Amino acid sequence: MDESILLAHGSGGKLSHELVEKKFLPFLANPALSKLDDSAIFETSGRLAFTTDGYVVNPIFFPGGDIGKLAVCGTVNDLAMNGARPLYLSLSAIIEEGFLLRELERIVQSIKKAAEEAGVSIIAGDTKVVNRGQADKLFVTTSGVGIVPPGVDISGANARVGDKVLLSGTVGDHGIAVMSQREGLRFSMTLKSDCAPLNKLVSQMLEVSPRIHCLRDPTRGGLATTLNELARQSNVGIVLEEVQIPVKEEVKAACELLGLDPIYVANEGKLVAMVDPTSADKILARMRRNHYGKDAAIIGEVTKEHPGKVVMRTKLGPSRIVDMLTGELLPRIC
Amino acid sequence: MKFIDEYQDNKLAQGLARKIAKRSIKTIRLMEFCGGHTHAILRHGIRQLVPGTVEMKSGPGCPVCVTATADLDKAIAMAQLPHVIITTFGDMVRVPGSYSSLQNAKAAGADVRVVYSIMDAVEIAKANPEKSVIFIGIGFETTAPTIAASILKARQEKMENFYVLSLNKLTPPVMKALLDSGELKLDGIVCPGHVSVIIGSHPYEFIPKGYGVACVISGFEPLDILLCIDKLVEQIEKGEPKVEIAYPRGVKPEGNRKARRLMEDVFEVGEANWRGIGIVPKSGLRIKEKYERFDADKAFSVRLKPSKEPKGCRCGDVIRGAATPLECKLFREVCTPESPVGPCMVSSEGACAAYYQYGATEDLRDS
Repeated sequence: MDESILLAHGSGGKLSHELVEKKFLPFLANPALSKLDDSAIFETSGRLAFTTDGYVVNPIFFPGGDIGKLAVCGTVNDLAMNGARPLYLSLSAIIEEGFLLRELERIVQSIKKAAEEAGVSIIAGDTKVVNRGQADKLFVTTSGVGIVPPGVDISGANARVGDKVLLSGTVGDHGIAVMSQREGLRFSMTLKSDCAPLNKLVSQMLEVSPRIHCLRDPTRGGLATTLNELARQSNVGIVLEEVQIPVKEEVKAACELLGLDPIYVANEGKLVAMVDPTSADKILARMRRNHYGKDAAIIGEVTKEHPGKVVMRTKLGPSRIVDMLTGELLPRIC
Repeated sequence: MKFIDEYQDNKLAQGLARKIAKRSIKTIRLMEFCGGHTHAILRHGIRQLVPGTVEMKSGPGCPVCVTATADLDKAIAMAQLPHVIITTFGDMVRVPGSYSSLQNAKAAGADVRVVYSIMDAVEIAKANPEKSVIFIGIGFETTAPTIAASILKARQEKMENFYVLSLNKLTPPVMKALLDSGELKLDGIVCPGHVSVIIGSHPYEFIPKGYGVACVISGFEPLDILLCIDKLVEQIEKGEPKVEIAYPRGVKPEGNRKARRLMEDVFEVGEANWRGIGIVPKSGLRIKEKYERFDADKAFSVRLKPSKEPKGCRCGDVIRGAATPLECKLFREVCTPESPVGPCMVSSEGACAAYYQYGATEDLRDS
């Protein structure tokens, strides 16, 4: 029989120690973590960026990733979106009683792989076990710190009129990949989630030009919601060209079938950037040389008109307002 | 060959728009029956592509929106019965009833589950033999065949805990009711694509014959809709209204016989209560007596207080095409997708939600 998590794994006693020593440490070991002190001590200097995020994705395994990879990439990306170089993460896992140990191990391995790719260490951690039904299999929370290089000033409030809007690749991959696996909606497709750490892409963009004003990863709520946030935060208008927004054929097809708009579907490995128009082409060219930016495109620009609003010229030519995602994404009935 | 881009091609769309503009001389009023069409029209900016002579009105084709408050109240009351699991399509749980919503009932402890297909409701019933599972059957001729199939499956598998509250509605009878009311002078109807896949084109024949109103069945891509409008304008300009199919890759004149046989086996036609329109004869589907043990209406009795409509909400007018969402005082001010007052703002097929989500740039001036 498969071994599974027992309440005793969360008791703080022998089994708790075993869980950490056998299932987490072998994969995530580093000098700070392996000491198993109450807190991790590290040296650093300069401006720090700090962020935290909780991950409750359902299902926890999906094409192209799992909750572990997502928890690392999500927090790494949140740091990178302020131009920070991510250094250290903490990781807290809330595990439902009965969760299979081999699935946990699979997830920790995936955490290790994602952290290695991003070049970050997990230096603090915690595990808790809750009664069956009190959590859905596994919830993960990660926090992260990173260093903001001198001269970098990236914020959602920094978009300027005339800036070009760059998007690093196709939209909707993650949301559709996860939806395709969801209970009751299963459809088979080859599409994978785009879940990926973007910190290296951001470093490369900054190497080419420091004139990057805003960066954000369009996760839940999709591209449309993120651009609305930026337009409001910077009090500028944004004009998009629908034809320039890259969308994979599979995503287009699934969206048509379900009655969804890909610009509202979640991404986990994409970024939008507002950059000075004189640097836009250079930055775009550099993005396209990175695997995670190979489909990058200039999708619009920042305008003085209609501050706080996003307007899109549709494929057919007319313009319409693009609002934030409202409510949930639900397939149509008829 | 891809399969979407062709139907969203800019040059072809511009060409069709020019053709429509050239052809259209009379000022005409068209109604798109289906909420899916309303969304596509607003999402792609088709209102701005058609000439000023063509006025587009949104119709009642939104399953959630047309569900009468009294029927919704009944579903909410059933959710509060002991040992009952309510299953329904997602939008339905958020619609405010007279006193509560399925969402509120769920928060208060009722077991309400969102499903994507009725077959999931059947599975839930199998997995919970000690509970009664009620599916809230909404939709038009599109969802009715699958609901019929689920009842047949439940009978075949001798299930004793699966029920359907049939609120399904029929399209041609309500079109007749709208035309009979004379409230809107319509010249043409963009007929629903998915409904017509099932019923075919013949059931609309009475509309050009009896009312002189043009009917063209449309698909849901922007070029489908422009082609449909072009054909409608052509018919109206020539003064030769008829039923045409501008969606031949989906719709055959005879429809889908197998799906209709399923419907006819399980359901009989009866009156239905439509939000904003009222009781319309022969416009609803009731479960036939031979399947009555699956009929939630017969199996469960609930006591209901008189239903009431939310104050100031003009969903009823919007459903009939008598008002646009912009004419409702609550729109965008009080009524938003986050805190909807009426169903048209809740449903992803509702006109208010479409106007809210895909506002035209002209609306920028108002805000």
